[in-house]
Amino acid sequence: MKPAKQTKAKPATKTKPAEPRYDLRLYVAGQTPRSLQALSNLKKICEEHLAGDYRVEIIDLLKKPQLAAGDQILAIPTLVRTLPKPARKIIGDLSNTERVLVGLDLRLHR
Amino acid sequence: MKGKSLQGLSKVPTGINGLDEITLGGLPGGRPTLICGGAGCGKTLFGIEFLVRGATEFGEPGVCISFEESAHDLEMNVASLGFDLQKLQRTKKLVIDHIYIDKSEISETGEYDLEGLFIRLGSAIDSIGAKRVLLDTPEALFAGLSDVGVLRSELRRLFGWLKDKRVTAVITGERGEGTLTRHGLEEYVSDCVILLDHRVQNDAVTRRLRILKYRGSTHGTNEYPFLIDEQGISVLPVTSLGLTHRASKERISTGIAALDNMLDGQGYFRGSSILVTGSAGTGKTTMGAHFVDAACRRGENAILFSFEESPQQLIRNMRSIGLDLGRWVKNGLLHIEAARPTAFGLEMHLVRMHHLLAEHKASVVVIDPISALLPGGSAHDVHALVLRVVDFLKNNGSTGFFTSVAVEDDLQATSLSISSLVDTWILLRNIEVNGERNRVLYVLKSRGMAHSNQIREFLLTPRGVQLREVYLGPGGVLTGSARVAREAEERRELLRQQQTNKDRQLAVKISLRSLEAKIAALQAEKEARESELAAAIGESEEQKTARLADRDSLRRSRGMIDSLGRGPRPNGRERKS
Repeated sequence: MKPAKQTKAKPATKTKPAEPRYDLRLYVAGQTPRSLQALSNLKKICEEHLAGDYRVEIIDLLKKPQLAAGDQILAIPTLVRTLPKPARKIIGDLSNTERVLVGLDLRLHR
Repeated sequence: MKGKSLQGLSKVPTGINGLDEITLGGLPGGRPTLICGGAGCGKTLFGIEFLVRGATEFGEPGVCISFEESAHDLEMNVASLGFDLQKLQRTKKLVIDHIYIDKSEISETGEYDLEGLFIRLGSAIDSIGAKRVLLDTPEALFAGLSDVGVLRSELRRLFGWLKDKRVTAVITGERGEGTLTRHGLEEYVSDCVILLDHRVQNDAVTRRLRILKYRGSTHGTNEYPFLIDEQGISVLPVTSLGLTHRASKERISTGIAALDNMLDGQGYFRGSSILVTGSAGTGKTTMGAHFVDAACRRGENAILFSFEESPQQLIRNMRSIGLDLGRWVKNGLLHIEAARPTAFGLEMHLVRMHHLLAEHKASVVVIDPISALLPGGSAHDVHALVLRVVDFLKNNGSTGFFTSVAVEDDLQATSLSISSLVDTWILLRNIEVNGERNRVLYVLKSRGMAHSNQIREFLLTPRGVQLREVYLGPGGVLTGSARVAREAEERRELLRQQQTNKDRQLAVKISLRSLEAKIAALQAEKEARESELAAAIGESEEQKTARLADRDSLRRSRGMIDSLGRGPRPNGRERKS
């Protein structure tokens, strides 16, 4: 079912040499339409709302299944905000921008 | 298992005591099995034992996906049952993955699936080549994720995926109201469903297991009690499925010589079941002690389950009738297991018996009294328990000796109604008469041997039990001092009769003698008469001769007669004729 090829760990956008304020990980399983959808949604939100102060790591569990346990990944796709603490998780293809922002606690930081 | 051309359903033994017997081999291989039940009924433990036994006994590594407890908690929880999960994990026989969802830190937006779960499970299975999987319990997902539609379709996919993976999976589910599981897992897992249950009855908890469904296989359909103890889960099939125990021809002593005599002179059959019923104080325990003592004398192992007396008390009491059980306990032949019947539920008692028997390899088992278990459950439960004990002992080749307290007026209707299960049934009775109470014994039945139909008086003496013949007279059965009195009276009566007899003989002799004398006198008289008669006859002849002579001479003198003596002829005719 899954495509054999994967887009692996797309280079995170780094605009500052210092630790970015937001550290995000997106867990996907192969290059499914839903994963791609999530990725493009994430990019859009980050660019619009995080103003470059972020880092995104994309983890393909088909490639590294052992990483799933660490962040308690169950649903695919899952976006994990590891920084700032506390960790937050957003599952789904991130199509509802409003809810993503709430989930990332970005509403307050705007 | 039976199919010839078509390979039947393969089964995977669980290794859980008794379960493989009920399922006729184990859980369906390569398919998921649902274990459901209320809180605390042992679902998780069931699953863990399935994995542990698989890893340790059947060489099948396992994966545990725990949705509720952390790996550490699980390890701690089952350590008390002797399962070392850490070691199994180190030796790559077990993987535990704890999956939890904290709803507070998760928000959902848009579509998703549970591929992460599949990946984690898949990688865990592949890492050790697992053949067994436990999912405990995926229903926790319903609490963490709000999109029930996704969840349901993903669970359906999961169970199909597990089948494709050819792993034997156990999935647990909390019992819901009106449904087997709270979230209807039974809709997806339909190959085998096992229901666990626990009920409180008379303050004792009984756990029960029932196989609700087992597609493609026959299985035991009853509710089977099971219990959890330091050796894990034990399911107790009510009866073994067949009556196939071997029957020994060997006879073993009852420990009471006179009772052996009543049983064809040889005692019980080895491996048979013996029931002794009687009301309080009729000597049931004593008979059991005798039996145990006889076994130990032969050098066999014995177990005595005492529900009423402590071992010390029992040994002391038996010493009073000359039985020293203490020495057998000391040299290890005899094990006295004493516990209050109310200490545990029935099943616990049964399992303790199982374990002790396996451990002690006893050839003789005494349960004193089995009726003490009655308050621990319904009559039906106790009956089932006794049935299981009887079966178990018979299969083991052990001889079972059960005592049962019965109500005096209704001795034959044992409250346990187990009489038909046992091979030899001995009844002890109290007979109250003339201000004293005496014990009597009789053999009500004894399969496969000639046995006495006599009632014997049962005496407890300092040299053990003795049996005496009772007095059966017109006034009924006499025992005790009444019997002794009666016997004395009989002796007196006999003497009296002997004396009377002598007197009578004498009297007859005397009368005979007087008769003889009389006969002699009469004889003499008879002889006298006879001579008298002869004399009379002689006399009469003489007279006749004399008269004739007289007449002749008279005629001659008248000339009427010739010289020939012929008389005159009145006329010629007369003469011619």
